Parts: sequence; C-alpha cells; structure tokens
Amino acid sequence: MLRLEKRPQPSRAWIWATPLLAVALTMIAGGVLFALLGKDPLAAIRMIFWDPLFSPQYASYSRPQLLVKAAPLILIAVGLAIGFRANIWNIGAEGQYIIGALFAASVALIFFPSGPADVRIFGRVLFSYDVAPARWWLFPAMILAGALGGLLWGLIPAILKTRFNTNEILVSLLLVYVAEKLLAAAAVSWLRNPTGAGFPGSRNLSQFAEAANHELIANTGMHWGVVAAFIAVIFGYVLLQRHMLGFHVRLAGQAPRAARFAGVAPARLVLFCLGISGLLAGLAGMFEVAGPARMISIDFNTGYGFTAIIVAFLGRLHPVGIVLAGLLMALTYIGGELAQFRLGLPSAAIQVFQGMLLFFLLALDMLSNYRIRLAWKEAAP
Amino acid sequence: MTTPLLAIEGLTKSYPGVVANDDVSMAIGEGEIHALLGENGAGKSTLVKAIYGLVRPDSGQMRWRGAPYAPAAPHEARATGVAMVFQHFSLFDALDVAENVALGMDDPPPIRQLAARIRKVSTEYGLPLDPGRLAGDLSAGERQRVEIIRCLLQNPDLLIMDEPTSVLTPQEVEILFETLRKLREEGRSILYISHKLDEIRSLCETATILRLGKVVASSDPRAMSARQLAELMVGTALTPPERAGLAPGEVLLEVTGLSHRAPSAFGTSLKEISLSVRAGEILGIGGVAGNGQDELLAALSGELRSKHQAIRLKGQPMGRYGPNTRRALGLLCAPEERLGHAAAPEMSLTENTLLTAAWREKLVRRGFIDWKRAQGFAEKIISRFDVRTPGPHVAARALSGGNLQKFVIGREIIQRPEVLIVNQPTWGVDAAAAAAIRQALMDLAQGGAAVVVISQDLDELLEIADRFCALNGGRLSAPRPVAGLTMEEVGLMLGGAGDMEVAGEATAGAAEGAAHAET
Repeated sequence: MLRLEKRPQPSRAWIWATPLLAVALTMIAGGVLFALLGKDPLAAIRMIFWDPLFSPQYASYSRPQLLVKAAPLILIAVGLAIGFRANIWNIGAEGQYIIGALFAASVALIFFPSGPADVRIFGRVLFSYDVAPARWWLFPAMILAGALGGLLWGLIPAILKTRFNTNEILVSLLLVYVAEKLLAAAAVSWLRNPTGAGFPGSRNLSQFAEAANHELIANTGMHWGVVAAFIAVIFGYVLLQRHMLGFHVRLAGQAPRAARFAGVAPARLVLFCLGISGLLAGLAGMFEVAGPARMISIDFNTGYGFTAIIVAFLGRLHPVGIVLAGLLMALTYIGGELAQFRLGLPSAAIQVFQGMLLFFLLALDMLSNYRIRLAWKEAAP
Repeated sequence: MTTPLLAIEGLTKSYPGVVANDDVSMAIGEGEIHALLGENGAGKSTLVKAIYGLVRPDSGQMRWRGAPYAPAAPHEARATGVAMVFQHFSLFDALDVAENVALGMDDPPPIRQLAARIRKVSTEYGLPLDPGRLAGDLSAGERQRVEIIRCLLQNPDLLIMDEPTSVLTPQEVEILFETLRKLREEGRSILYISHKLDEIRSLCETATILRLGKVVASSDPRAMSARQLAELMVGTALTPPERAGLAPGEVLLEVTGLSHRAPSAFGTSLKEISLSVRAGEILGIGGVAGNGQDELLAALSGELRSKHQAIRLKGQPMGRYGPNTRRALGLLCAPEERLGHAAAPEMSLTENTLLTAAWREKLVRRGFIDWKRAQGFAEKIISRFDVRTPGPHVAARALSGGNLQKFVIGREIIQRPEVLIVNQPTWGVDAAAAAAIRQALMDLAQGGAAVVVISQDLDELLEIADRFCALNGGRLSAPRPVAGLTMEEVGLMLGGAGDMEVAGEATAGAAEGAAHAET
C-alpha cells in the first residue's frame, strides 16, 4: 500500500524536478496516443521537439517562430503568475489580449496614411478628418493603448469582485466571449479595411511603417514584443522576490489571515493583480496585431491567453521558470503544426498533448508537498 | 499483586531524527486516575496514540488485563474498551450535538434513539447537554462535553483525556472532576494528560512523568509539591517569574465604548468595551474561548476598523487606522493562532519577520525588501528568545508550537512596543517556554510599556497581571486588582456560574441577554 506523508516543508528539489518529469511523462503518453492514431510515435515526438530547432529542412523557418510564439505566452504568463501567487485567478487573459489588440489597432488605424478619412460606426459617419503624416510617437501610443485596453478589461472582474463579491474566475472567463464578439464586430464594421472589397478584417498594419512591429534583427523572430516580454520577466522577478508588494501578493495567497494581520488590503490586491495581468495580456495583443498577425481579423486570437495558464504553472509561477516553459510551449505549437502538416496528425491531438502537460504537472505537484511511503506492514484494513 | 488494566512494557517508537518513546513502561490499574505528565515533545501524545491504535510501536508490548494488546487502528482500540477525548475538538459547527456524536461512532443508532441516550448519559454524569443544539452555538466547555459523552456512550474501561481543562472555567473544571471521580467509582480507569500540576495533585493517585521520551519518575503526585513535579518534568530547577513593583505611569491605551458586529456567523459581537492600560502595567483579560477574544484582538490590531475615537493611543485616536499605521505609532499585537495568523506557515522565519516588523525595523526601504537585514532581525529574535531551530531559513510550520510562539511573541517584544496586546501567549507551549514568555512580557512592562494579556489560563493571568477583567459574550467586566482576588471571584466574573445551569435554561438566559442588548 502507498501512504502519503506530509513533508515538514515543501521539497525544493521536487518543485523544480516535477516540470521535467511532467514533460517526460507527456512525451510517453503522447507517444502512446500517436501510436493509437496509427503514427510512428518516435517520429512524431521527434518532429515536435527536435525538428523545429535542428532539422536542416525546417529549422530556418521554425527557429524564428520560437520567439514569435514564446513572447506573447511569456508576457501573459508573467502577469497571470503574479495573480495566481495571490490566489486571484484570471482565466480571461485571452479576452484582455483581444481588447489590447483592438485598442492598439484602433489608434494605428486612425492615423493610417490614406488621405481624408471617415470614422464610421455601423455604416454611419461619426466624423471625418484629414490624416496628418504619421509620427514617431505613434508606436509608443499604440503600446499605451494596448496596455490600457487590457488593463480596463482586467479591471472589470476586479471591480465586480471587490464590489459585489463575484467570482473572478467566471467573470474573467465569460468576458473572453464578450471580447470575441467585439473583435468580430470590429473586423466587419468599424475597423474594416475600406479598400478590402468588403471582406472582414482591418487594413494591413505591416504596410504602415510607423505602426508596424518590425523584426528587429532579420530572421531571428526578435520583435518589440520579445523585448517587452524580457522586461516583464525582470519586472516580475524583482516584484516577487525583492518588493514588499510582491511579498504581500505571496503572503495573501498562502495565508490570507496573516496577510490581513500584516496590513494587506485584500481589495487593493485584487485590483492590482487583475489589473497587471490584464495590462500585460493587452500588451501581448498589441505586439501581435502590429507584428505577426499584421491586422485585426475575426480569428485574430489563437488561444495564447489560455495556453499562458499552462505556461505559468509549468514555470512554477516563477518568472525565470516561465521563460523556459514559454519556450517549451512555443516549441510544441511549432512542432505540432509541423507534425500536423507532415504526418497528418489532427490539430486536436496537439491540444491534447498540451493539456496532458498541465495534467501531469498538477498531479506530480503532490510530490513536492508529500512523501510517498511504501507501507506493507501497517496496511491494516 | 492484581493484574493492571493496561500494562505497557518497554515501548519504543522513533521517528526520523527523534526517539519519541524510549523504553517506556507503565501500568494503569483498574479504577485509577493516572496522570501522564511531561513537557511538549516529551512523548506523551505518541504514547497515547500507541494505546489508541493510531501509532504502531517499533518494539515493546502492551497487555490488556494480562492479554496481549496491539491495536492496529482506533476502532480496534475502541472495541477493546479504550476511548479518547482529544485536545482539539473535531465538531462540525453546522450539525447538532446528536449528529456530531453519531459521526464519531463506528455503528451509530438512529438519531432519535441516540438523542435519548445522550440525555440519559448527560444527566447520569452531571454533564448538562441538549442533543438538539447546534455545535457552533456551544461554549468550549459544552463542546468538550460532546466529546466526553461520545466516549461514554461506548462504555469504555479506559478513558484517555488530553489536556481537558485548558479551555474551562474553574466552575466547569469542578463539574468535570466530579464526573471523572464518578467514573472512577464505577471502576473505570482514566489516563489524564495535563501540565496543570495542582489539578493532577487533587485528582490523580498515580503519575507517570516523561522527559525526552523516557519515564523519569512514577509516583504519587499527592506526596509531592507542584514545584517538585515541575522540576522532574523540565529537568532543571524552575525560577518563578519575578518583577519589582513599579508605580504605573500615564495611560497609554484607552478604549471607550468599542462595539463591533461579529465578522462571521459563529463569531462574537463586541459590546461597549472600555478599558485603559497605563505604562508599566499588565492588564489580564480572562474568559473562555469564543467570548470575543479574537474579535477584540482584531479590533485593537486594526484588522477590524471601528469608530475613530473608540481606540486612543496616548490620546491619539486610531480606530480607523489599519494595522501598519498602528504599528508605526507603537501599538503591536500577537494573535492567538500562530500558524496562519501570526505567521505564514509555508514561509521562512526571515520572511515572517516582514509581517509586522517591515517598517518599524526598516527591513523595507522605498518598497524594496532588504533581505539581509530581515535575516539579521530573524536571527536576533532566534538568539534572544532561544528559539530552537536550525536557522532563519526554516519554514514556520516546521517549528514546534512552543518555539514558534517564542518567535512570534519575540518578534513583537523586540520591536519595543509602547502597547502590546497578546492573545493566548502560552497556549500549547511547554512549561519552560511558557515561563520564558511570561518573563519577557513582564520585563516589557517593567521597561515602561503597557501590556494587555488575553488568556484562558487563569493561573497565568493571576501570576503576571496587575489588574484582571473578564470577557464574556463580547462584554468586558470592570477591572479589579489581582492582589487579593480569589478563584471563586474570578469564576463569577467569567460568568461561569450561568454556564452551569441546565442547558435549556442557559439558552433561555442567553436569549434574554440578547434581548436586553437590543433595547
């Protein structure tokens, strides 16, 4: 019989060993899954984890994609981790990501160089203006707008929680669907490309130098979003390890009563955590719409906001761990696409694969708090 | 020589790094109240768990009326005739008494029948209890009665009681002792665990004293003084706390008309509380748990806000201020619950210094934590208050109760507060640590601070306090000087007398009291 014995304090070694073990178990279970689908499991695993980085055939395309995919995941996950540490559960980063992109794209499109322009809502002209030549401050203004959009969308569940004690998990999640509706409405009406022959989707921001999020070093995938993710990781690290506010975040998550005793105001903490995670998700949306996605479209969002939840946990809610987890998750995205395209794996299989990673991780987490003992002798019924 | 009810021979149990019981032998006779004495960590609970089938000894054996006895699980122990009343009650607040009793039985009868049996047993043994009341509405004494009756329904030959009087008023203690003596007359045996030596001397005829897992003495406690017993337990000579008389100075803390609604369903409302404490003085607040102690501490610490003028520190109103503003002004607190309130269990001792000392001790500069300084401060507490731990990096939950208590009280005292409020400073703490904490509180008062000690341990309050008042149902009695106060008078102040009536009348009385409060 197996018996669980609580450790006097959580094991540091296991806290960092469990993600690695979870990855290994996911590979095994994933291999079994692929075999059942009639694919060669070793080839599939190799295609997901190895080929995107090292195959001479695919690496030149895939390697830059690693940073492109990892940046939004890391940016969002750092924000989520701050909230999760405080037991404040923002599940709606996907929505905040969309709203951030909408805000940023709107700012850019107002200044799109196209001669005299109308601002329309549902076909009606709201006002007309002459576009002035774009300026250096446009990109920073878009960054601010993206951050503001995400912040506001994140503050909705925060205010509802502090005012009416609603559950932030439900509210933030449901606001994702509201954001998706807004995105669809924007893509077909007020942000629609006036020269796009009526197709849904905005103008292409990559044709607008001042608003585009260019690749900073050619063929590396390095864009301003990667820089922002890097800054966010440092910010998150300093906040959680060195700043009193980060200490209060951790304290409130571990021992809420002790936190009140230490003078933490729970409502302010809710506003901060949901606000900061919304802000970072909004930024991720901004860099995406101005960069890799190029435009607002109906299917602009691809689930970064949800995958970032896995990234946050896989990275142990620690900013440095999140960098590694974000890169790994980006790899499964790219490798998954490759396997889909080369081996004909269904796209759902790769989502199952990502889900399994979180599943194994959470199950194995028990090992850091408990010790497993074999107890044949004391196995009394 | 007659065969004892339970004989323990050479019992040894070790855990990684510690031998909890080392070759322990003792015998409990039929119809005997046997005391088990020892400091925290002496191995009392391991021994008792072995008897109750919760722990399996590494070696040694037990005999029940001469026959080998080795329970693999509590239900086997219960079947043999062993019952146990735990120190911490495991009752569900939202269920009534009968339902709670049924939950603890191996094979409960229908509730209606059970309720009748509860009534019968409770009148037989003089333990008034209404089976229909909700557990959440019961006083600590009544909650304990639920546990005792649950045990008595099993008709045990050996009843184990773990620190049963620590939450009772003197009058409740008397009632409990009557019951225990009645049980003895019926030929039942009782294994009585306590650190209150006077009680043991008045109740028990045999005592086994454990120190560091070994039996150090086995004797008749009535033939020894309380002091001798304590010294056997601790292994060194104890010095009773001392302090020179000091003329009280100016009023430091003044509370007037402090009222607060109960913050939770099973909490207690504070009603018109007034008190004042002077520099150099210790005010003791007695009362059975659940009468507003936690709420009073929260209102004073700033976790609950009140009318601004209701709390004044050296004349400055501070009812609306939060905990950190109050700390900055010199009002510090140490709550009762060590793990989860006074300290964060999973965090290291260094991190735990930040809970109350962040700004006062300048462990934080412009929002950034100075970890070196925090660690230095933790080390200072550890060395000055003799906290036994490998170092400040250890998680709070890994410390024993007494050591963590020394740490959280020490953390406040070392900050030189002008006013210190402590709730249950020595609850569940061994005798040596308790003495050290009391001495530290008295030294603090000696140095010119005003100290408020909230405690259920009346001996403790009478030992260290200058004035005593009682908290009962959220009301605070007028203070009286401790000098010349008798236990009888203290009991009456606690409202213990009312609690002794038949349960039904007591609730009627409480309802009446509530009606008065409304008007």
